[in-house]
Amino acid sequence: MIRKTFEHEIQQVKDEVLALGSMVEHAIIGSVEALKKRDFKASEKLIAEDKEINRKRFDIENQLMILIATQQPMAHDLRLLASTMEIISELERMGDYAKGIANINIRMGEEKLLKPLIDIPRMAERGASMLHRALTAFVNEDVDTAKKIPLEDDEVDELYTQIYHELMMFIIQDPKSIERANWLLWVAHNLERVADRVTNICERTVFIATGEFSEINSSDG
Amino acid sequence: MEKIYAIETSNLSIHYGNFTAVKEVAMKVEKQKITAIIGPSGCGKSTLLRAFNRMNDFVPGCHITGELLLHGQNLYGKDIDPVEVRRKIGMVFQKPNPFPKSIYDNISWGAKINGFKGNMNELVEQSLRGAALWDEVKDKLQQSAYALSGGQQQRLCIARTIAIQPEIILMDEPASALDPISTLRIEELMQELKKNYTILIVTHNMQQAARVSDYTAMMMIDDQRSGGVIEFDDTKKIFTRPGDKRTEDYVTGRFG
Repeated sequence: MIRKTFEHEIQQVKDEVLALGSMVEHAIIGSVEALKKRDFKASEKLIAEDKEINRKRFDIENQLMILIATQQPMAHDLRLLASTMEIISELERMGDYAKGIANINIRMGEEKLLKPLIDIPRMAERGASMLHRALTAFVNEDVDTAKKIPLEDDEVDELYTQIYHELMMFIIQDPKSIERANWLLWVAHNLERVADRVTNICERTVFIATGEFSEINSSDG
Repeated sequence: MEKIYAIETSNLSIHYGNFTAVKEVAMKVEKQKITAIIGPSGCGKSTLLRAFNRMNDFVPGCHITGELLLHGQNLYGKDIDPVEVRRKIGMVFQKPNPFPKSIYDNISWGAKINGFKGNMNELVEQSLRGAALWDEVKDKLQQSAYALSGGQQQRLCIARTIAIQPEIILMDEPASALDPISTLRIEELMQELKKNYTILIVTHNMQQAARVSDYTAMMMIDDQRSGGVIEFDDTKKIFTRPGDKRTEDYVTGRFG
C-alpha cells in the first residue's frame, strides 16, 4: 500500500481525537455529578483538567497542521484533516461547558440546590452518550449513524424546555429563588449546547465521507 | 454569463499505427481559463496536448479520428495549414528551449518569419513584459539567451510564444525543470496570461494543477492501455470531492 506512513498518521490523529472526546465526556458527566453531590473538590479538579483538554486540542491541531504541510492532502484526506480541525474545536468548547458547570457549583457556595437534580443528569448522560457515539461514527465514517444521532437532540431540547418551565414555576412562586433557579438554568443551557455541538460533529462526519455539506436539522427529522 | 469554448473535441482518438493511445475524448476548453490535464505516466496527457496544435503530425504513424474544433473549425480539416494552427496555438515545453541567439532575437525571429511588419522593439518589450521578464533583461537584450537562468529561459520561451499572438498556449510540464521560486513565478505569470489567452497545461504536480487551473481533466488508461479522460470538472471539485474513485485514488496519492 502506498502512503502507509500517512495512513498510519491519520489513524494516530483519530485515536487522539477519541482520547480527547473521552476526556470531554468524562468532564460533562463529572461536572453534573459534582454539582449533584455539591462536591467542590471534584469541581476544582475538573476545572484543572480542562487545561489538559485545551492542551490536547492544540496538540492535535499541531499534528494536523504538520500533516497538511507535509502530506499535502487532497480530496477525502483534505476533507478529513480540515474537518478534524473543526471537530477538535467543538470538543474543546464542550469541555468549556463542563468547566462552566464546575464553576457554577463552586460559585453557588454553601447555597443549597433549589431542587434535587433529576432531569439535568439525564441531559448530561444523553449528551455524553450522543458524543460518544458521534465520535465512533466519525472514526468509522459511518454516515447512517452520523445522520441519526442529531435526531436525539430533540429529546435533549425537550428536557431543557421541561427544566426551564419547572424553574420558572419556582421563580413565580418565590422570587427569592431567582438566583438559585438561574444557576440551574445556566447548567441546563450548557448541556443543551453540548448536544448542539454533537450535531456539528455529525455534520462534519457526513461531509468527510460524502463531500456534501448538509445541515442535519433535528426537528425537521 | 454564457461560457465561450475555445476548443471542443468530440470522440477524439489518437492512434499510433494500430494502437489507440488516446480514446474518445470529449472535452470543452473554456476561453481565457486554465485547464489542467492530470493523470499517471503513460496515460496519454502529452499525446492529447500535442494533438491540439498538430505536433503529432511529426510522429510517423500517428493519426487522429474524431473531431477537434477551434472556435468551431476542424483543426484537422483538409484545407487547414498545420503551420497556421501552431501559430494560433503556441506551445511551451518541459525544458526551456531558447534558440542559440540573443534574448532579443529569440523574440523577434518567430515574429519575423510570421510576417510581422510592426515596430519590432515594441513587440519585444511587450512580449517580455507579458512574460514578466522585461525588468530582468531590459539592459542585456543582445546577450545570449543561454546566459539566463532556467526559470528566466522558460519565461523567455513564453515571451517568444506570446510574441506571435496565439489564442491558446499549451504547456507541457512547464515548471518541472525549475526550482520552486521560478515555478511560482511561472504560476503567477499564468494567472496574468489567462486574461488574454486560453491555457492548457499538462502537469504531474497535483498541487500545481490545484493552484493554477480552473478546470481539470483526469486521464487514465483502460484495459487496452488506451488513455482517456475519466473525469472533467471544476478544479475545486476535482481536488476536494472528485466524483470518480480512480480520480480520488490518484489525487490522494493512492493510485497503483
